[in-house]
Amino acid sequence: MSNQKDEKKTNRRDFLFTATAAAGAVGVGAAVWPLVDQMNPDASVKALASTEVDVSSMQPGQSLTVLWRGKPVFIKRRTDDEIKKARAVDINDLKHPEKDEDRAKNPEWLVMLGICTHLGCVPLTDKGDYDGWFCPCHGSHYDTSGRIRKGPAPTNMEIPKYEFVNTNTIKIG
Amino acid sequence: MSDHEYTPSSKFGKWFNDRLPLLTLANHLTDYPTPKNLNYWWTFGGILTFCLITQIVTGLVLAMHYIAHADMAFSSVEHIMRDVNYGWLLRYVHANGASMFFLAVYIHIFRSLFYGSYKSPREIIWILGIIIYLLMMAAAFMGYVLPWGQMSFWGATVITNLFSAIPLVGESITTWLWGGYSVDNPTLTRFFTLHYLIPFLILGLVVLHIWALHVPGNNNPVGIDIKKPSKDTVPFHPYIVIKDAFALLMFCIVFALFVFYQPNILGHADNYIEADPLVTPAHIVPEWYLLPFYAILRSVPDKLMGVVAMLSAILILAALPWLDTSKVRSAVFRPLFRQFYWILVADVLILGYVGAMPAEGLYLLIARVATAYYFAHFLIILPVLGWKEKTTPLPLSITEPVLGGSPNLAAARNDEKIEKTIK
Repeated sequence: MSNQKDEKKTNRRDFLFTATAAAGAVGVGAAVWPLVDQMNPDASVKALASTEVDVSSMQPGQSLTVLWRGKPVFIKRRTDDEIKKARAVDINDLKHPEKDEDRAKNPEWLVMLGICTHLGCVPLTDKGDYDGWFCPCHGSHYDTSGRIRKGPAPTNMEIPKYEFVNTNTIKIG
Repeated sequence: MSDHEYTPSSKFGKWFNDRLPLLTLANHLTDYPTPKNLNYWWTFGGILTFCLITQIVTGLVLAMHYIAHADMAFSSVEHIMRDVNYGWLLRYVHANGASMFFLAVYIHIFRSLFYGSYKSPREIIWILGIIIYLLMMAAAFMGYVLPWGQMSFWGATVITNLFSAIPLVGESITTWLWGGYSVDNPTLTRFFTLHYLIPFLILGLVVLHIWALHVPGNNNPVGIDIKKPSKDTVPFHPYIVIKDAFALLMFCIVFALFVFYQPNILGHADNYIEADPLVTPAHIVPEWYLLPFYAILRSVPDKLMGVVAMLSAILILAALPWLDTSKVRSAVFRPLFRQFYWILVADVLILGYVGAMPAEGLYLLIARVATAYYFAHFLIILPVLGWKEKTTPLPLSITEPVLGGSPNLAAARNDEKIEKTIK
């Protein structure tokens, strides 16, 4: 037990303790990071970033499911009726307000990740209360624009990055 | 803990024990004073140890034939079933063993709930038990993914997607867990690794669980503190060993009934279809032992809050020693608590049932009421009951309710009787 003045004063030893602990923490962090980061997507997974799909044979009303990065992507050639339905909705009524115009640049073609935003199931096409998609797992209903209308899913089905390479081919990713 | 110092009888034993006191440990385990009124609900600790060892041994040999690769896992499991010598037996024991493990752990947990085994001074034993239970669920979930059937794949997808509910970092965490952008080969290989690791973590925790148990000693059906060793205790060996062995034998009969007569009744037919990332089965249901929590998840209409409710339902158990404010341990002396206890049992069974049903209409309503009651039991009923309830008088010793108790007390009662007869 030393006197009180000594206790309060920060001395050389305190500095050494703190500096050693800090250097140690950085070292441990640097050693642990590779062990954590190895679990993130590897180079070969990332390399499969884009997929090209031939859609020349699709008729209005038909839909196609393709695999992109291990996930299903819905490509739907919508009928006039379906487009009208999707565009007639007042977006203030939506849980996740998005205009159909923003989701389908070319109104005839809807390209979106076929993954329910609740817990990742694949919804069924042309089913549900809004004639769009219905997820059988926990009962989420999507409309003809893939927007969530009823059920536990928090957001609309995601639109991936895609482009028309030519009139017959869509490149996803 | 036995108070006497142990000395091995042989010279070599003494030499060895002075250097590594294994024989002292063995002596402690055999002489360990146990309350003499332990009933058959207390035999499930031994049964659970048996279950853990069975899972480790069968799992070890299955791993010699299983191939953890998305293209080969499904057929390697069929290879085990059809080609490997006794492969069908090993796999059925392992798969049904998981169910038996959970059956035993639920009885073990509800035993603790009834007799107040989680109360002071046994809180650490209880919390270690909850951690073991959580690890069991993780191991069971990952093990179910390994056959790479439809239920494996979609179960894995749904459960890992629970993490995407976390605000801001949720998406990055799920991607990190998957090692890709969906459940795929990297997910399968890491699940296999972790599935292999977790049982050994559980084994380590079981050692701590038993160690922590041996400090205060067993609780007992009347839930009172007893002197150890005393007239109220018997040595663990042979008394408890024999009782545990008999109970284990009965348990193994049930186990064998499943393995040999209904090996697939607890599984789902969909898991005999190979995983297909393009098609979700019409009805995704987890294994029976996770159904109550699944019902809680689905009963909340918000994604994040559903996940929070499900996790809270398990974690609330860790706070139980402090939520239950009653000083009396055993439900035998708590007439009101006893009724609420059985309502809770019914509530959990109802949650399990609606968890297996589609989440709509009446089922959803029942699930919501049952979920609300589950939390009310722990957060409202138990704390209030602790100071409202009139408990019945506790006996002074274990012997008292059986034989009329300690000589002094018995004598006092005799005097009373004599006085009454005189009058």
